[in-house]
Amino acid sequence: MGKLNVTLCGIPLDNPVIPSSGTFGYGYEFAELYDINILGTFSFKGTTKEPRYGNPLPRIAECSAGMINAIGLQNPGIDRVIAEELPKLKKVFHKPVMANVGGFSVEEYVELCARLDQEEQVGWLEVNISCPNVKGGGRSYGMTPEGAAEVTAAVKAVTTKPCIMKLTPNVTDIVSIAKACEDAGADGVSLINTLYGMRIDLKTGRPVIANRMGGYSGPAAFPIALRMVYQVRAAVNIPIVGIGGVSSAEDVIEMMYAGATAVGVGAANCIDPWASKKIIEDLPRVMERYGIDSLENIIGGAQ
Amino acid sequence: MKQEILTVLSNDALTKSVYRMRLEGDLSSFTRPGQFCNLLVPGFYLRRPISVCDIEGDVLTLLYKVIGHGTEAMADMTPGTKLDVLCGLGNGYDTSLSGKAPLLLGGGVGIPPLYGLAKALLAEGKEVCAVLGFNTAEEIFWADEFRACGVSVTVTTADGSAGVGGFVTDAMPGSYSYFYTCGPVPMLRAVYEKTFTSGQFSFEARMGCGFGACMGCSMKTADGGYKRVCREGPIFYKEEIVWES
Repeated sequence: MGKLNVTLCGIPLDNPVIPSSGTFGYGYEFAELYDINILGTFSFKGTTKEPRYGNPLPRIAECSAGMINAIGLQNPGIDRVIAEELPKLKKVFHKPVMANVGGFSVEEYVELCARLDQEEQVGWLEVNISCPNVKGGGRSYGMTPEGAAEVTAAVKAVTTKPCIMKLTPNVTDIVSIAKACEDAGADGVSLINTLYGMRIDLKTGRPVIANRMGGYSGPAAFPIALRMVYQVRAAVNIPIVGIGGVSSAEDVIEMMYAGATAVGVGAANCIDPWASKKIIEDLPRVMERYGIDSLENIIGGAQ
Repeated sequence: MKQEILTVLSNDALTKSVYRMRLEGDLSSFTRPGQFCNLLVPGFYLRRPISVCDIEGDVLTLLYKVIGHGTEAMADMTPGTKLDVLCGLGNGYDTSLSGKAPLLLGGGVGIPPLYGLAKALLAEGKEVCAVLGFNTAEEIFWADEFRACGVSVTVTTADGSAGVGGFVTDAMPGSYSYFYTCGPVPMLRAVYEKTFTSGQFSFEARMGCGFGACMGCSMKTADGGYKRVCREGPIFYKEEIVWES
């Protein structure tokens, strides 16, 4: 063994599989189903300064190869996350966790990152500058290189732990935004957040989602995410967490060949709560089939 | 929650659009009436959450309405089909609060979970009364099954073609100790307004996961917080409910 190990921003992972923020809660729902310590790590539910209910229902719509969500960053807020969720998480997960934060201003990002940076179990900060489901929120920062750089520099100034900027694909040129994050001091980038999409109910002629539009995720996002990871890898030197439609060990390996150091599993956790576990268990067999001795060695191999 | 492979034993139409599917397998993760299962229908990305009508030994009965492509595909399933099903989801009804003479109020395809509940209440020695609402006489299903268990049943039809003309709230008895209800939201709101005791409401929602991970189905609650229909629900106490306009 040892063949699955990777290092993400200086922190070793037993394997590259990271359930993505928003599909894994704060971990303990899944800890009832299996030992989540088999994961590389996971990114917990996007946390904001204030508690948020999120958007009105319905906020889920099915697609032919995936789903649209418009949750809108429902979470109990930073105070309760630190006071209640992290202690519960600590009981079931004994590795560094990725703390996902969402903000509505640079000051909020700064405050959230500074506070979570102090939490012992937090290994990385994943800074969501790409939520498609909140107005005037992080999305606008992630839409331009300048906005992305501003948040990156501000959170880097108040943190000691690696900051990974989570990027939206709903832009003209994701590469320029990733570069701006790198230049501003980011330790890594994660991509992609969901693709902005919608569905219309033919019985009513109205959007299915109450908020009209939402973020598409699922297997159809995979080739798009893969392409973006490949392009970003060619342009930046910081590690990439590749996210988008990953549903199998084969997808993980493909994402790593494109340039990902670690790989997010998102929507697949919703369809099969054991999906991340199955992918990890399947990796050695698939590596053997393709003659891969070490995952670390294939990162960016397709470049 | 457990993931089980269940085998379809039978799948028959009860009305033009309501079907009964009986499935066999390990149902040990279901602990209360009013829980649901989440079925993976081949060819569809998200699972289909369907409330449990009845469990007898290792046989699960689901009554479902064909409303879209996913349930159309379910209606075409033949005996012997194996299905990937997440079992034992949701909180289920609490029978301990029912008092001696609980009232069940069901509308359309909201009726099925009340059947398993009725059986549980009867087994506890309660006197169970049910008002079951349908649009028309042709759409009536499962009323006789309730009667066969010993439930005192009143049927209503919106068009007056059978039973009492009107809605379930037009045929409620004068006295009852508690109530349990499931049905379309306008009916639930009417029940909320016209009942004079405490009670429990079963909600449905478009769900992403069905087990609490995605937050797709959260409903606001009266304490200013929220509960996930799939996890802390689908049963909500009357006192918790906040009606969104």
